[in-house]
Amino acid sequence: MLQFDEKADRVVPPTGFTARLTVFSSFAMAFLAVFALALSLAAGRVAERWGDELAQSSTLRISAPAGEGVTQTEAALRVLRTTPGIVDARALTIDEQRALLTPWFGADIPIEDLPLPQLIDITETDEGYDAAGLRLRLAAEAPAAVLDDHARWRRPLIEAASRLRILGWASILLIATASAAMVTLAANAALAANAQVIAVLRLVGAKDTYIARAFVRRFALRSLTGAAFGTLVGIVALVLIPSRGDSAGFLTDLSIQGWGWVWVILIPPLSGLVAFIATRFAARRVLEELA
Amino acid sequence: MLRHNNAGNRGRDKTAVIELENVAYSYGGGELLTDMTLSVAPGSFHFLTGPSGSGKTTFLKLCYGALQATAGHVRLFERDVRGLGRDDVAILRRKIGVVHQDCQFLDHLPVTENIALPLSVSGQDTSGAGAEANLKELLAWVGLTARGDALPPELSGGERQRAALARAVIMSPDVILADEPTGNIDWEMSQRLLTLLVELNRMGKTILVATHDLGLIRAAKAQVPTRVLRISNRRLQMAGADL
Repeated sequence: MLQFDEKADRVVPPTGFTARLTVFSSFAMAFLAVFALALSLAAGRVAERWGDELAQSSTLRISAPAGEGVTQTEAALRVLRTTPGIVDARALTIDEQRALLTPWFGADIPIEDLPLPQLIDITETDEGYDAAGLRLRLAAEAPAAVLDDHARWRRPLIEAASRLRILGWASILLIATASAAMVTLAANAALAANAQVIAVLRLVGAKDTYIARAFVRRFALRSLTGAAFGTLVGIVALVLIPSRGDSAGFLTDLSIQGWGWVWVILIPPLSGLVAFIATRFAARRVLEELA
Repeated sequence: MLRHNNAGNRGRDKTAVIELENVAYSYGGGELLTDMTLSVAPGSFHFLTGPSGSGKTTFLKLCYGALQATAGHVRLFERDVRGLGRDDVAILRRKIGVVHQDCQFLDHLPVTENIALPLSVSGQDTSGAGAEANLKELLAWVGLTARGDALPPELSGGERQRAALARAVIMSPDVILADEPTGNIDWEMSQRLLTLLVELNRMGKTILVATHDLGLIRAAKAQVPTRVLRISNRRLQMAGADL
C-alpha cells in the first residue's frame, strides 16, 4: 500500500489545508510523545533505583533506658549476625549519627548529651530476611530494638513512580488516538473535497484500492514527515533541560537513555502507521458512501 | 427484444457487448426508466435520443455500470453487473470508454497525463518509448498535439471534448459511450468529433451516443450504418424514419 508510485501519487491534488493540518498535528503529537516517553522512562528509572537502593537495607533503632543501651546493642548485633539473609549489621558511630543530624541541627550539636537512640545499619542479601521472625527474636534478646525495614515508606514511593510510568504510557496511547482522530478528520475532508477526482478515477476504471492507496500513501508520508520533525525538536528540547546527574529527581532527569532511544526512533514510523490505518479506514468509508 | 447490429459489419460473432433485459431504474420513489430491453452487438453504431430529462444519461450510466438497475438485468460483455463487486465493475469499465458533455478531468494534471490516466490506473506503462509514441499519435489524431502540456481549465469546449475522447479510447476499449458530446461545441467542432467517432466505428468499436443533435445523427447516417433509439415515456423505442 505504501509502495512508491509517482503516477498514483499525482492523481491527488498536491496542496490544501489538509496537508498542513496533517503535518502540523503529527509534528505536535510526536513532540508531546517524546516528552511523555521521557517522563515514563524517567519514572521507571526512579522506581527501579529507589527499589534497588532501599530494598536491600534496613535500620534497627535501639531506644533503651540509660545503662542498657550498650548491652542491648550488642545483643541485637549478635541476633542480626546470626540471622539468615543478613550480610552485615553495623552500629553507627557517634560521628555518623552526628552527620545524619547536621542538616537539621547544624554541626555544633552536642550529640553526646542527647538521649538519641543507637542506630544499626543492616545490609541484606538479594533474597532478604524474615522480618517477622527477626522481630520476635529481637523482642526476646533486645526488647528496646525497633526494626525498620523501609517497606512502610518505600512502598508508596515506588507505587507513585510506577503510576507516573503508567501515566506516561497512557499519555502516549492518548496521543496516538488523538493523532489518529485528527488524521481521520483531515483524510475525510480531503476525500470529500476531492469527490470530483474520485469520480474521474472511477470513470476511467480505477479500482477502490488504487484510489484509496493514492490518499493513504500521501497522508502516511505527511504524518511521517511531521512526526520526524516533531521527534527531532522534542529531542533537542530534552537535551536543553539542565541535568543534575544521578542524584536528580524527575524534572531534572527527563533524559532518554539506553534502549529508550529505540522507542524514540519508533515514534515517526508509528505515527506514519497510525496515519496509514486511519486514512485507510476513512478512505474505505468515503468510497463506500460515494459509490 | 431489439437487437441492433451494424449491417455493414465485419461478419464476426455478434455476441452482445451490452445487454439490457427488462431493466427499470427508480430514483426518489419514482420510476425513471422502465421495461427496457436491448442488445447491442459489437461494432454497431447507435444514437440515443429523447427529450431533456427523459433519462438518457441514466441509461448510459446503466450501460457502463455506474448505476445499478432497480429491476431487470444489465449484462456487459456477458457478465451481469448486479453480481459484480465495485472492483469487478472497474475492470469492466476499462473496456468501455466514456465521454460526458461536461467532461471532467483532473485539473491539476496536464492534458497528456489526463489522457493517459486509464493506463495509469490499470497499471500499464505510460512512460516507456512505445507508450509515449502512442500517446503522441493519439494527441495528433484528436488534433491536440500543441495542447498536450496545457491544463484542462485552459482548454476550449471543443478541445475538452476531443481530450475526453482521446482519454476514452486510449485503452482501445470495445465500446465507446458518449453523452451529449456536441452539446457545448460549435457545428464545425461537432463534425470533427463525429468524424473521430465514425473512424472508431470503422475500426470495429461499438459506439453509443446520446444526443439531441439531429444534424449529427443525419451526418453520421450518411457515413456509416446507424440505428437510433429513443427514450419516450420512460421506455426505449426504435426511432422513426423521420430522422
